[in-house]
Amino acid sequence: MSTQTRIDRRFAELKREGRPGLVTFITAGDPDLETSKQILFGLPAAGADVIELGMPFSDPMADGPAIQASSLRALTAGQKMRDTLDMVAEFRKQDQDTPIVLMGYYNPIYVYPNDKFLVEAREAGVDGLIVVDLPPETDDELCIPAAEAGLNFIRLVTPTTDEKRLPKVLQNTSGFLYYVSITGITGTAAPDVNKVHKRIELIKQSTALPVAVGFGVKSAEQAKALGAVADAVVVGSALVGAIAQNLNEDGTSTSKTVPAVLDLVGSLAAALRAV
Amino acid sequence: MSTATDQAQGAKLNTYRGGPDERGHFGIFGGRFVAETLMPLILDLEKAYNDAKADPAFHAELSHLNAHYSGRPSPLYYAERLTEHLRGVAAANGGDGGAKIYFKRDELNHTGSHKINNCLGQILLAKRMGKTRIIAETGAGQHGVAVATVCARFGLPCEIFMGATDVERQKPNVARMHMLKAKINPVTSGAGTLKDAMNEALRDWVTNVDNTYYIIGTAAGPHPYPELVRDFQSIIGKEVREQMQAAEGRLPDTLVACIGGGSNAIGLFHPFLDDDSVKIYGVEAGGHGIEVENGHAASMTGGTPGVLHGNRTFLLQDSEGQILEGHSISAGLDYPGVGPEHAWLKDTGRVNYVPATDSEALQAFQLCAQLEGIIPALEPSHALAFVTKLAPTLPKDNLLVMNMCGRGDKDVFAVAGYLGIDI
Repeated sequence: MSTQTRIDRRFAELKREGRPGLVTFITAGDPDLETSKQILFGLPAAGADVIELGMPFSDPMADGPAIQASSLRALTAGQKMRDTLDMVAEFRKQDQDTPIVLMGYYNPIYVYPNDKFLVEAREAGVDGLIVVDLPPETDDELCIPAAEAGLNFIRLVTPTTDEKRLPKVLQNTSGFLYYVSITGITGTAAPDVNKVHKRIELIKQSTALPVAVGFGVKSAEQAKALGAVADAVVVGSALVGAIAQNLNEDGTSTSKTVPAVLDLVGSLAAALRAV
Repeated sequence: MSTATDQAQGAKLNTYRGGPDERGHFGIFGGRFVAETLMPLILDLEKAYNDAKADPAFHAELSHLNAHYSGRPSPLYYAERLTEHLRGVAAANGGDGGAKIYFKRDELNHTGSHKINNCLGQILLAKRMGKTRIIAETGAGQHGVAVATVCARFGLPCEIFMGATDVERQKPNVARMHMLKAKINPVTSGAGTLKDAMNEALRDWVTNVDNTYYIIGTAAGPHPYPELVRDFQSIIGKEVREQMQAAEGRLPDTLVACIGGGSNAIGLFHPFLDDDSVKIYGVEAGGHGIEVENGHAASMTGGTPGVLHGNRTFLLQDSEGQILEGHSISAGLDYPGVGPEHAWLKDTGRVNYVPATDSEALQAFQLCAQLEGIIPALEPSHALAFVTKLAPTLPKDNLLVMNMCGRGDKDVFAVAGYLGIDI
C-alpha cells in the first residue's frame, strides 16, 4: 500500500512517543447496541490507541468462554452486521484518528457477501480486518480483495507458526501483526513474557510491521510486562468480562456497565504509559 | 494458472472421484478455514496421511484390524421380507414393481456402526505421528464409542466432547465410553449438540497442539479430513461392489444412505461415482419438516453455502450467517453442516439429496424391526424411510443397496419414549 493508513499513522505516533499502544477488543452490540456504542465512543478518551470491534458469531471456535458469552449477548440482543458497520460510521463522525479493526470469523462476511462487505466497511470508516479462520492459504478469498479496497488485513502469528511458515503469513499482511502469545483460546492461559519476547525479536527480523501481542492478557501488570517487549498489547476477554460482571441478572446493562469497562481501559492505558 | 484450472475442470468432467484438489477443494467446497495455530498441524496431518497412503505396511495393518478386530467384510444381506412388503405396496397402488433390497450390514461391525472404519485408520495415523493423546467430538455417541474403543485397544488416553443435550439422550453410549475409560466432557455452549461439541474439540486441539490428535468423526472439517475419512469409509462401497458381483453378477442400480456429516454415505457412494448406471440418493434429517424454520437438519435441501468448522459447505444458517442448531430425532444427524464432497456432489447433480422426517424415520425403524428382525439406529432409519417410498416405484430387477450403518441398541429407550411404550 503506497499511502499511509490510519493504522500506520497511529503506530508511527506511538513510536514517536516511545510507548507501547493499547489495543482494546469489545464485541459490537454487547450487551446491547446502545450500551456498546457508549463503550466504543468512550474508548479513545479512556486510553485505547487502536480499537478491535468484534463481529459477533454464533460459533467462535478460537475464543474462550468470556468472548463466547460476549458474542452470544450481542446476538441475543439482535446485533446484525449492518448495525456493527453503522456503529463505526457514527464513531467516525467524532473521531478521525483512532483506527478500528473489525475482528471475527469468515462466515458472516461471506454471507453478507464479501464485495458488499468490503465496500460498506470502507465507507463506514473501518481500517482493518482480522478474520480468525482465514489463514494465508486462503488469501484470494478476502485478504487480497480487502487490500485492494484499502483495508489492512491483519494476520495472527502463533507459537505454532514456525520460521519456515512465517514469510507466508507475512506476505499479504499489513497494518500490524497480532502475535498470539499462547497456544489456545482467548482469555485463558497467561503468556510467558520471556518466550513472547524471544519470539517477537525473531519475528522482527523478518518484518518492519508493528507487533501487537494478546490472547491471555488480563491485568495491568501483565500488560505492562508485555508492553516492554511489543509495540502494542491487546486486551479483550478482560474487557468483555467487565461487561459481564456489571449487568443485571437478566443480562441488561446497568449504570455501572460502561464506566466499568472504561475504567479498566484507563488503568491498562496508565500501566502501559508507565513502561 | 488458467491452464491448470482448465485442466482441473476438464478432469472433473471425466471423473467424480478425482477430488479434492491439492488445496482440499471439491469445486468451490471444502478448503482449510482454520485459525493459524491449527494450520501447521493440519499440514503435518496431510503429510503424514500422504506418507501412510503410500506405505503398504499401513494398509496391511489396517486390513488386518478391519478383518480381525472389527469383523469385516460386513455382510451384504438380501432383505427379502422388506422387499416383498414393498412389492405389496407397489401392487396395492396398481404397479408391478418393487426393487430388490439389500442391506449393507455395517451395523454388525465391532462397536455397532461404520464409525470404527474411520477410527481404526485415524488411530494408526496418530501412532505414526507420535501423538500421545486423542480427542474427538460425538453426537449420537457412536463415534465417541468407536474412538474410546480404539484408544483402549492402542493404549492412548482419550477425551470425548459431547453436547450436554446428547449426553442426556444417548445414555447407553455414554456408559460404554465410561467403561472404555474415555473422559467425557459435556458441552453446554449453544444447544449442547454436535456442532457445539466440535467447537469445543477444536478449542482443545488449539490449546494442546503438541501431543494431541483430533479424530474427526465425519467426512467434514478442514482438508485433509474429508478426504481421509472418505478413504477409510470407502471400504463399505468397495465391499459392496465385490459382494454384489458375487450375489447378482453385476453392479447395483440404486444406492441409498443417510447423511448427517455424511461419512457412511460417502463411504458407500465414492467407489460408484463414475458408474453412470448407478443412481445415488443421500437422505438428510427432515426433522419436523423442511418447511419448519430451524426444525430440521437437512443442510443441503434446506441450507445455503457458508464456512464453518474448517470447510465451505452447505449450512443451516440465518441471513446474517449465524449458524442454526437444526433439529433431528437422531443425534447423529443433528448437525448444521455436511461434508464438502457431498455439497459438491449435490451441485454437480451426481447424487440426489432428499429429506426424511422424524416420524417417517420412526415408522421405518419399526417396519425394519418387525419385518427383518433388525433394530436399526435412528440414523439409517432415515435412509430406510426413503427406501420405503422409492423401492415401490422401481422395477423388480432394480438392485437397491441401503447402508445399514448403525444398530439401534442406543436408541431403544428414546424410541420407546416416542412410541409411548413403558419399559
